[in-house]
Amino acid sequence: MKEFRYERPTDADSAVALLTDAPGAAYLGGGTNLVDLMKLGVAAPDLLVDVSRLPFEEVEETDGGGLRVGAAVRNSTLAARRMVRERYPIVSEALLSGASAQLRNAATVGGNLLQRTRCLYFQDVGKPCNKRRPGSGCPAREGVHRDLAILGASEHCVATHPSDLAVALAALDAMVHLVSAAGPRSLPLTELHRLPGDEPHRDTVLRHGELITAVELPPPVPEARSAYRKARDRASYAFALASVAAVLQVRGGMVHHVRIAFGALAARPWRARTAEEALLGQPATEEAFGEAVDRELAAARPLRDNGYKVPLARRLAVSVLTDLAAPDAGGQR
Amino acid sequence: MGAMTAVTLNVNGERFSRELDNRTTLLDLLREHAHLSGVKKGCDHGQCGACTVLLDGRRVNSCLLLAVAMDGTEITTIEGLSDGTTLHPLQRAFVDHDAFQCGFCTPGQICSAVGAIAEARAGWPSAVTAHDAPPGPVELTVPEVRERMSGNLCRCGAYVNIVSAVREVAR
Ligand SMILES: Cc1cc2nc3c(=O)[nH]c(=O)nc-3n(C[C@H](O)[C@H](O)[C@H](O)COP(=O)(O)OP(=O)(O)OC[C@H]3O[C@@H](n4cnc5c(N)ncnc54)[C@H](O)[C@@H]3O)c2cc1C
Ligand code: SF4
Ligand code: FES
Ligand code: FES
Repeated sequence: MKEFRYERPTDADSAVALLTDAPGAAYLGGGTNLVDLMKLGVAAPDLLVDVSRLPFEEVEETDGGGLRVGAAVRNSTLAARRMVRERYPIVSEALLSGASAQLRNAATVGGNLLQRTRCLYFQDVGKPCNKRRPGSGCPAREGVHRDLAILGASEHCVATHPSDLAVALAALDAMVHLVSAAGPRSLPLTELHRLPGDEPHRDTVLRHGELITAVELPPPVPEARSAYRKARDRASYAFALASVAAVLQVRGGMVHHVRIAFGALAARPWRARTAEEALLGQPATEEAFGEAVDRELAAARPLRDNGYKVPLARRLAVSVLTDLAAPDAGGQR
Repeated sequence: MGAMTAVTLNVNGERFSRELDNRTTLLDLLREHAHLSGVKKGCDHGQCGACTVLLDGRRVNSCLLLAVAMDGTEITTIEGLSDGTTLHPLQRAFVDHDAFQCGFCTPGQICSAVGAIAEARAGWPSAVTAHDAPPGPVELTVPEVRERMSGNLCRCGAYVNIVSAVREVAR
């Protein structure tokens, strides 16, 4: 590991100032991804600015009836909060489906959203990788890509974003609050992560030194039901092969409000807007859900070994929506 | 270059203060500097749980935490659980239930179980907790223990007995 300096400022402005003037510096949250990547030589910051103890540790109701979650809130703390479990159960479900209890106790909300891909080549400095070393190539396309993207990829990179939390937040229309030397700004979560295009080294639209201060959830949609479902290679403690977060409100048998987001299919949480539009005003039936999801997944461009993700994602989404539409089915909430 | 930092923390009830290379992980601080070799280095990448310790009472993987970031915290390792020669109830239960073979994963399993039981008592849900579960402590059924302990791998496959040991203490 390369030597680095360590600073622990006590307010956001000092943290931002420290990073702004230091191109080689990085923020440190819980460290569960960054420290790992530093050990692997994938990340080599010369200065770590610890933001895990900044005063962003509150989970509080907003005036408009939504919820504001500080960026330094630990994943486990957020998942356990009553208000979250009752009003935004998919946030809790997505968090609890990820990593292990030990990791969730250390991981922060900000760090979770900005964790990097688990693509094997990205993590192996002995291999080429356009995301890690722009222009060096993408061995995953012809090599090991079973876990990688079927949507929104490019010839330069087929990585997926591994966060479960981000998928739930995408389905909830969450906003991300940021601060940088240029001042504060806010973005919809769905606009935080980028598709690779010809710049796969840029995971997000953030500028260097931009700090996530909070995530904000709008008020829950009345009478809507929601669920998060994740498919993986073992029953626990594994990244998703595909996952889905869905919010559904049915009135008189018709879809009145629907949000669908897929995880592990693309370099960002994939909001299924085509499927959502197709469903609005349609009967809330398994058949309609299947047709809408098929339309969304028509854009899929699987590689040699990840074609299984298309039917897997379809089954996940259709089963979740069908369960949510059945008033007496499991998971009434 | 300030690549060293003075760190003070409390380890098993005793103050530990040292000037450390910033690259030192909490795991290396405990093993190499505090000479607490109960905590184990398995994967060193957050994937096995052998390095589990309690940080301000919460279980964490010490291999992914930087020691400098732990300044002012309280750490408990397996060595800090027993009361003199009297074993902690979980240590006793692991012996009684034959919950290990080689023992390499055991200190991490036991620290993790201490955390898991505290989390369940505090009403924290897991991925298998019913959504309409009432507030209050969560009963540690077999599926609950399996899910909550999934961050601790055991190459010897002592899982069945680990689950029994944890459940006995949780009751
Ligand atoms: C074995 C293993 C299994 C895992 N399984 C899953 C899983 O199934 N699902 C899942 O979702 N995740 C999983 N994870 C990943 C885990 O959730 C992330 O490592 C964690 O959420 C990252 O949070 P952190 O606070 O530790 O981030 P850090 O490692 O501290 O930081 C990550 C990145 O975010 C930046 N950063 C941190 N905070 C801020 C901020 N406030 N503003 C701007 N930038 C910031 C850092 O500079 C860094 O680039 C797993 C990890 C491991 C090791
Ligand atoms: S898929 Fe992306 S991250 Fe993986 S090797 Fe290709 S360029 Fe690198
Ligand atoms: S050594 Fe820390 S999790 Fe394996
Ligand atoms: S007892 Fe040998 S690894 Fe668990």
